[in-house]
Amino acid sequence: MKLNQLTFVQALEGIKAKKFSGREVFADCLQAIKEKNPTLNAYLDVATPDDFPQKPGKYAGLPLAVKDNFCTLDYYTRASSRVLDGFRAPYQATVVQKLADSGFSFLGKTNMDAWAHGSSTETSDYGPSKNPRNLKHAPGGSSGGSAAAVAADMCLAALGTETAGSVRQPAAWCGCVGFRPSYGRASRYGVISMASSTDSPGFLTKTVADAAALTPLICGPDPHDATSSWEPFPDLTRSLRTDLKGKKIGFLYLDIPGLEPMRAHYEQAWKDLEKLGAKVETAKARDPQEAIGVYTVVQRSEVSSNLGRFDGVRYGHGRDTFGAEARRRIILGTFLLSQGYADKYYLQAQKVRTLFMQDFASLFSQYDVLVSPTSPSFAKTLGSSENSALFGELEDIFVEPSAICGLPSGSVPCYHDPKTNLYLGLNVMAPYHHEQAVIEVMSAFEHATAWNSWINQDNL
Amino acid sequence: MKFDRQFVYQIANLAKIPVGDDQADTLAGEFEESMKVVDQLTKIKTDGIKPTFQVNNLVNVWREDVVETDQMLTQAQALQNAPRTHQGYFVVERVIDHEA
Repeated sequence: MKLNQLTFVQALEGIKAKKFSGREVFADCLQAIKEKNPTLNAYLDVATPDDFPQKPGKYAGLPLAVKDNFCTLDYYTRASSRVLDGFRAPYQATVVQKLADSGFSFLGKTNMDAWAHGSSTETSDYGPSKNPRNLKHAPGGSSGGSAAAVAADMCLAALGTETAGSVRQPAAWCGCVGFRPSYGRASRYGVISMASSTDSPGFLTKTVADAAALTPLICGPDPHDATSSWEPFPDLTRSLRTDLKGKKIGFLYLDIPGLEPMRAHYEQAWKDLEKLGAKVETAKARDPQEAIGVYTVVQRSEVSSNLGRFDGVRYGHGRDTFGAEARRRIILGTFLLSQGYADKYYLQAQKVRTLFMQDFASLFSQYDVLVSPTSPSFAKTLGSSENSALFGELEDIFVEPSAICGLPSGSVPCYHDPKTNLYLGLNVMAPYHHEQAVIEVMSAFEHATAWNSWINQDNL
Repeated sequence: MKFDRQFVYQIANLAKIPVGDDQADTLAGEFEESMKVVDQLTKIKTDGIKPTFQVNNLVNVWREDVVETDQMLTQAQALQNAPRTHQGYFVVERVIDHEA
């Protein structure tokens, strides 16, 4: 077995037992990138160990991948957009700095939908990434390069960001784990802004234990991000459970039209949760279609404002270099915020966001956690996002309601189709700041089922 | 409101996004598609509901009023990504015609 195929926790144990060094893991990951990246296009840049000066620390040079929208000091940062072609960030994102300070090394920057606009990685100005589980299919997005890099063992784990579902949805499509803590837990400082009121860094990992070990390292208050949370972060490693006795779980969105072909697999997940000791019920939530409207208005508006800074004067190229997706989002957002329409649309969207927060508060008074499908489909074939102005919004229907409310949530594999080699994901959501509740359900589910390809290498 | 090419040019001009003649019709069509979803929102009853601009409800996050040297860029760093510089300045396009 090559060292790049290890989970993060396994690699950390190997380092502690002095079986191998972080540099050796880095070398095996580089070899995998060399072999697979020409096909997968998961990485835009591949770093040498010298590109990021390595600091001493507990994690001894273990290698991670970084989504291209995190500023990395003196290294390429472009959010997969030609506007920032050649740009090297003069400062480093807080979450990257925290990882660097802990002694991690970085393998390079991963491909994404340009500016994180999309759910397929097909809006990247550098070509789409492919799904390593099935090359005819998209990896999802916007953190598609990160998910592909994890699924293809081209890193131990990868940083991603989520605004609607950009960590969870590619995790589901690539058959890996995606976890994003509550909005505000991980600093947005140095993350190229998309929709500031929902942007949340998170991790794409091979296992839930990996997510539980890595996520706390990027969380904590940051004086450089005024929206960062000052609440103490829970110890997630204590939440790695093997049963769910006494837990009440509400199952959402199973009656949404279009889900019929996948329904039986989610009903199996329901039974698996019950076998673990949880009490599972159908929960009735607000229509997630309404969250698509809220998200579209909030995201387009904040995008038009945030992308206003790219004027081609201080950095980057001119505004004529924006790709088609960014153009249509900027134009819609500019209209939604224009005089006479801001109240009708932007303010109304923020009021409906309040209704969603009230809805979740009411649901969490009855249930410890909520679960749902992560995506309404298996990974779609490459090219599916073309000619759809709302492809991402429709793909993210089950993850948008929790995203606009900033809830901690994750996706864990819940089915593997042996014919296509594609996966489905189970979306797990908990109350604000209750990250441990998500990890409890995800870890117990992962251990009780056969779907994780790293834990069950012989089964699949 | 009619979402035609004229409308697209008008908004694109506000956003400083150059739009070619070949793109205007496509953008207008996509705009209309998006607005169908957006308009659904206006039908939802929100009387007496306060807007949520920020989900973590933090107010007045203070810090000491001290200079943070770790956040400072040198002049060279600030200019390192600029396409055009002149004697330590960014060069911008002229926006006012004053040649008489």
